[in-house]
Amino acid sequence: MKTVIFVILTAAITNNYVLVKFLGICPFLGVSKKLDQATGMSIAVIFVEVMAAAVTWPIYHKLLDGGVNFTYMETTVFILVIAALVQLVEIILKRFLPALHKALGVYLPLITTNCGVLGVTMNNISDGFNFRDSVLTALGCGLGFFLAMVIFSGVRSRVEEARPPKAFEGLPITLVSASIVSLSFFGFAGVLTRIFG
Amino acid sequence: MTRMQNFLKGLVKENPTLVLVLGTCPTLAISTSVTAAFGMGLAATAVLICSNMAISALRHTIPDRVRIPCYIVLVAGFVTVVELLMEAYAYSLYESLGVYLALIVVNCIILGRAEMYANKHGVADSAIDGLGMGLGFTLAICSMATIREILGGGSWCGIPIPWFHENPIGILTMAPGGFFVFGCLIALVNKISKGKAIKKKEFGCMGCMLCSKGVCGKEETAQ
Repeated sequence: MKTVIFVILTAAITNNYVLVKFLGICPFLGVSKKLDQATGMSIAVIFVEVMAAAVTWPIYHKLLDGGVNFTYMETTVFILVIAALVQLVEIILKRFLPALHKALGVYLPLITTNCGVLGVTMNNISDGFNFRDSVLTALGCGLGFFLAMVIFSGVRSRVEEARPPKAFEGLPITLVSASIVSLSFFGFAGVLTRIFG
Repeated sequence: MTRMQNFLKGLVKENPTLVLVLGTCPTLAISTSVTAAFGMGLAATAVLICSNMAISALRHTIPDRVRIPCYIVLVAGFVTVVELLMEAYAYSLYESLGVYLALIVVNCIILGRAEMYANKHGVADSAIDGLGMGLGFTLAICSMATIREILGGGSWCGIPIPWFHENPIGILTMAPGGFFVFGCLIALVNKISKGKAIKKKEFGCMGCMLCSKGVCGKEETAQ
């Protein structure tokens, strides 16, 4: 239990994919303007990341790395699997859970090219995680994305009202405020290892 | 538009990173050292030229409905080639780029150029466009890495710089510094172009077909 929490919290906070590792910056800057959109996008990301991690781990270890060495196909296979998975999830949701599809549907196609999803699956492989830790890390990354999006949409609603210098209006001031939010995540660096270590 | 203009637009007027604001992830992550940034820029340029040429050559063959998966597969193939070459001939660079090398596959610049340019123009023009855009990306990521490495690490390409070496601002090489320097650079572009460069396409990612679905909230800002 302790390790489960540790793995999730490490992925969500100390190794936050958006603010510490810079993966998935596009949706972070683009969709964080309104809280409801930010939540919808984040839930879709959590969903797809966990599914992708659960599917790509066996594919890599049983198919690509089992017997014949096809590991160099990792990038191609993973991106295709993720694209197919997103399509599949969309079809299933549309058929069986129309309400959820209505809420998440628009965000799903965007996730295929979210580097967070591909990044998490590839990091799981290169870090040599077992199946359980891979899925937990993916869950943690998704939750970390959610956390960052929610915090940042709050920050942005305040920044919108501020009046920065002319040249900083719009994107530049958003990036500077992202830098301050990112700074706050550094405070957690030693905390988790102290508690769980 | 002459070929020269076609090439130069990627470097300055439509710089993919600083004006169109595409491909932010590698720009922020790899710009801690100039050597790695230069390698990243060249790798992306190589992939961009190849993918632009291939997509342009196949533009009449690829069915319109499934074009995006087709582009992704083509790009993934070229990325794998670059990855294997780099692993064989430039291993230390391969190590320092890590997962970001493979993530060129989902880089908005490449898919964006495929969608905006390569599927409408000839092979030669697309190659020039890819070269210009790729070098524009290299220029932007290297200038950002120069600022971060000199101020944050006190060196340039690993060569120590006097005074800065004794007084580094460590935070600039870390994640918050990345966002900060990038914000300042875009503000500088805004200042120089008097707001013209970014005003119309504030988040740039508009060009990216995935965001044109109206979800991103980006075109809202742009209007």
